[in-house]
Amino acid sequence: MKEKKRNYDQDVVGDGINSIQKVLEPADRDSNNIVKYALISICVLFLFVMLVVPLAVVIVNALKDGWTVYRRAVLDEYTIKALQLTLLATAAAVVVNTIFGIFASFLLSKFYFKGRQLLATLIDIPFSISPVIAGLVFILTFGNIGWMGNFLRNYGIKIVFAVPGIILATIFVTFPFVFRELFPVMNAQGKDEEEAAALMGAGGFTIFRRITFPHIKWALLYGIILCAARAMGEFGAVSVISGHLRGKTNTLPLHVEILYNEFNTTEAFAVSSILVILAVLILIAKNFVEWKKK
Amino acid sequence: MYVEMKQINKTFDGFRASNNVSFGVEKGCLAALLGPSGSGKTTILRMIAGLDKPDSGDVIINKQKVNGIPGNKRGVGFVFQNYALFRYMTVADNIAFGLEVQKKSKAEIRNRVDELLRLISMEELGSRYPHQLSGGQRQRVAFARALAPNPQLLLLDEPFAAIDAKVRRELRVWLKGMIEMVGITSIFVTHDQEEAMEVADTVIITNQGNVEQIGTPEEICMHPQTEFVADFIDITRCEAIIAAR
Repeated sequence: MKEKKRNYDQDVVGDGINSIQKVLEPADRDSNNIVKYALISICVLFLFVMLVVPLAVVIVNALKDGWTVYRRAVLDEYTIKALQLTLLATAAAVVVNTIFGIFASFLLSKFYFKGRQLLATLIDIPFSISPVIAGLVFILTFGNIGWMGNFLRNYGIKIVFAVPGIILATIFVTFPFVFRELFPVMNAQGKDEEEAAALMGAGGFTIFRRITFPHIKWALLYGIILCAARAMGEFGAVSVISGHLRGKTNTLPLHVEILYNEFNTTEAFAVSSILVILAVLILIAKNFVEWKKK
Repeated sequence: MYVEMKQINKTFDGFRASNNVSFGVEKGCLAALLGPSGSGKTTILRMIAGLDKPDSGDVIINKQKVNGIPGNKRGVGFVFQNYALFRYMTVADNIAFGLEVQKKSKAEIRNRVDELLRLISMEELGSRYPHQLSGGQRQRVAFARALAPNPQLLLLDEPFAAIDAKVRRELRVWLKGMIEMVGITSIFVTHDQEEAMEVADTVIITNQGNVEQIGTPEEICMHPQTEFVADFIDITRCEAIIAAR
């Protein structure tokens, strides 16, 4: 049998918790090849049916009635408003969750205290809870009938069925993303370098800027990208809390739903294509970061 | 005594790391904290540096009680077990870090870094990163970095543990020579009795959070005072090492 020279050490995909570890070259046997190609076929077929076809359908349907209709749908006043709101909510979620994610992972990886495990679990709640429930929770807390309803009404603060509610819901749904990317990296780094710097008299900010940050910057960027991607697409929580006021509290995903429910199918697909384009841009950014990290 | 520990107690989550620990180290002395793993020697070193706080007892450096003084004001240099070199900084930047934090002038920092690079015979390697160095070179950088701000006391945590057995002996001799040349009071932690007997002037034997015996290598070897020490020390090997010093 011919000796294979290929080195699979370089075949690590991604980094951190999402990485695919190196695969050992199996003995070159036919049965193995059959399994391999069978698995490849299943994967490709699955991705084709679940991913490629639906995305193609979006684009095809968006352009079904021609370029003019597409342009009109995309440049529609309400679409632009919805896009602006989506971008605002995304920006807010990214800023808040980046700051929170850095603090939380710094705390949990560099300090020891009782309840660390509990705190780490709490941060993961948005991953496991249904977004609809997240939306409802905010209505029950900040809504008119809610727990803080009277207080907020007295001060004229409107959260539910308004932009602040949408921002809150988006932040809630996406808050583990940056933390989850940063924490394993910071944890693996240990705290010796920080202690060494502190013993030489460096302050907290200097330590972060010169010791911690260079180590986490790619993971941070990666976390921000994932957070942004999730924030843009968020539907459930935002849907509950938004009230669907066109031009006021409508985000892009909600706008798509409204158009679709009004049988404006082409417009719905046209607006969807904006989200698809944003997603593709984010994917490109994500892959660039992964490539750069190596 | 330059460094004194007085009735130090320290508990971590119910584990007694230090149990009424008292000892002193003379100025200019090179002392070894020797004991099996888990005997509390690293904890003692960290409490001297101010990285951990004792539950009770006094840490005295240069006749001053330093319990409430943060580590960076105690005038200590610390060499970590895995050196903890700043991996995103060059060798020169690693050495310069402590001086930059103290806001020393650029020229002064450059002079001191050059001087230390010469001391550790790494003049050519100042622009390398830690991952481009051998274990022995890393140790030398960690040593130079700890010395850069001119500390009065040098603490080393298992300085040879991360080094190949082959070059360990060579580095031991080098480090001892350096410490003598610089003339700095030093305390190092080790679990290797050969290392302690060969390098140290004073050996402090720890076991389960207690100090079992303090003395010169000869005293420890010839007159073990507790059953543990008699059991722990391999007399024939240690005699040979002491004779060869």
